[in-house]
Amino acid sequence: MNFPILRAAAFAGFATLLVTACERPPATTVQHGYRGLAMGLVYNPRTLAAQADANAVPAAQPPADAEGPPAASVYQNIQVLTDLNAAQLARLMVAMTAWVAPPGESCSYCHAATDMASDANYRKVVARTMLRMVRHINSDWQHHVAATGVTCYTCHRGKGVPQYVWTQQPATDAGADFAGNRAGQNAPAAVVGLASLPNDPFGTYFDGNATNIRVVATQALPGSGTGSTIKQTENTYGLMMHMSTALGVNCTYCHNSRSFTSWDSSTPQRATAWYGIRMVRDINDQYLESLGSVFPANRKGPRGDVAKVDCATCHQGAYKPLYGTSMLKDYPELAHALPAAAAPAATPAAAAPAAK
Amino acid sequence: MAEYMNIFSSVQVRSPVYGGAPIPAGVWKRQGKGSFSYWLGWMGDAQIGPVYLGTLGILSLLCGFIAFEIIGLNMLASVNWSPTEFLRQLPWLALEPPAPSNGLHIPPLNQGGWWLMAGFFLTSSVLLWWARMYRRARALGMGTHVAWAFASAIWLFLVLGFIRPLLMGSWGEAVPFGIFPHLDWTAAFSIRYGNLFYNPFHMLSIAFLYGSVLLFAMHAATILAVSRFGGDRELEQIVDRGTGGERAALFWRWTMGFNATVESIHRWAWWFAVLCPLVGGIGILLTGTVVDNWYLWAVKHGVAPSYPNVFPAVTDPATLPGAAP
Repeated sequence: MNFPILRAAAFAGFATLLVTACERPPATTVQHGYRGLAMGLVYNPRTLAAQADANAVPAAQPPADAEGPPAASVYQNIQVLTDLNAAQLARLMVAMTAWVAPPGESCSYCHAATDMASDANYRKVVARTMLRMVRHINSDWQHHVAATGVTCYTCHRGKGVPQYVWTQQPATDAGADFAGNRAGQNAPAAVVGLASLPNDPFGTYFDGNATNIRVVATQALPGSGTGSTIKQTENTYGLMMHMSTALGVNCTYCHNSRSFTSWDSSTPQRATAWYGIRMVRDINDQYLESLGSVFPANRKGPRGDVAKVDCATCHQGAYKPLYGTSMLKDYPELAHALPAAAAPAATPAAAAPAAK
Repeated sequence: MAEYMNIFSSVQVRSPVYGGAPIPAGVWKRQGKGSFSYWLGWMGDAQIGPVYLGTLGILSLLCGFIAFEIIGLNMLASVNWSPTEFLRQLPWLALEPPAPSNGLHIPPLNQGGWWLMAGFFLTSSVLLWWARMYRRARALGMGTHVAWAFASAIWLFLVLGFIRPLLMGSWGEAVPFGIFPHLDWTAAFSIRYGNLFYNPFHMLSIAFLYGSVLLFAMHAATILAVSRFGGDRELEQIVDRGTGGERAALFWRWTMGFNATVESIHRWAWWFAVLCPLVGGIGILLTGTVVDNWYLWAVKHGVAPSYPNVFPAVTDPATLPGAAP
């Protein structure tokens, strides 16, 4: 009794299931809470090894001479880095070129070749706003970035446009068609970890607005008002899947899964993440959205909005960007607060006409 | 010579096709004269048919087919009618219930109307099939245990998709039709209501589920173990229990001091199986209607233990002065 075709088909089916549905072992678990609570961080050494290479930090530029004429007196059109001397400015420009300009590009990626002071290249205007943003993050969002801070490299990693950014998705049919409404979910979307959850957490939660993330009831018995719906819960779940994917961690990095909502059983990382969500909203709202008139159309999304940040923009799969290595300590000028008169949050759009 | 094995047997006992007991009344006769399938003989009786279809059976199949088509064609439409994408994305595809803002109104077709329609036909199909099982059992002079066990599963199905959404005042509370989507729905449901594991009816349901598995394993293993003495042969056991049944009973008295009887083991199994979805359905019905957060409910009633903190105290940043929402 031989049925080779059927056996081969069964084997192929089983093998496909194994290969596609499972991550190849080994997995290691690190305890991350009181014993016996299944508070474990799950890692795959193979994945970690690949990530370690991707998160290597480039060597810092040799320090610049602390003495020297102010950059603003040597160069024209300096607006943000007014506290640097000429040598320090040149050093930072070299570093930024390595961090942001794609391979084969140099100063002229952002600067007009004939007149370095000119704002003709839109990228220079963007870079100025980004410098303001970096200083804002490093000085005002230390609840999230701590003293480690961020530099251009945290997001850019040698690319002109950071690898992980988002724009608003094209409008869905929303029931206009006769059948087949996906209701914004039910597709194998990488952004929610290939779950079937609602797959636009960015438009819902990171677009400068404050859509409520908290959906779990705060008391044992139903109150008078209507609570969150399952749909809202799935939206939050989708956002959490994004955070989990972006940071390369599982739920128990921040939460005790027996009560996701309880702060007293959560880990300190959850509070850091809370500030991170607000930081993302803040910089999308205050800085990136303000560049709408600066970016050319080919840099914008299908609905004409600028590319914005999410958790993966900095984290890129690591629980701390670059595994917590501080590049900021070699570039303290990126942490300086702006003079009070030019507070960035109040006048972000005013950056456009000026230079560095 | 072929050998009769008691874990897996490749020997098939064949008798002439048997038409079944005569039924006293009925408009519909059994369809076909019956045939044999070698492959089905590997796991059960090799005889197929005769089948009794009847009015209820035909209506049930028709309703089930309509529901299947509504769900399947909506899934196909959601991938722009591409058969390849349909196969590739099938586990993710779904027919979603109406949005929560819709309440209990009847929405446009593509905003949940199809879901309502599919639910109606699927429910009709299941209920008609239940009636068919009940009537076929009566026609053979049997008890109706199978129908009532099925009813227990239907109860859970109706609670999830109909009764609880009605009580909550929104079709949006119901489950989508889809493979991964209904699993993600389940996880979201548990999270929204503060962890279903603290729901005592969920606990009971799990106990009956695992209990069913245990009883099934014990019973099946016992009967297979005495099949070499004819312990599996129903007819002979009625006139002469023989040493097969006696050994089975003695085995359990030896090992745990007590044995179920040949009949009572099936009562145990039936009740465990029936209670699993029955209490599960009660647990779902109470969720959101009577209890909003099962974890906090369990803390309130001393069910959930507390554990030492190993981290510095974490405060909700939203409660700190000057925090944005």
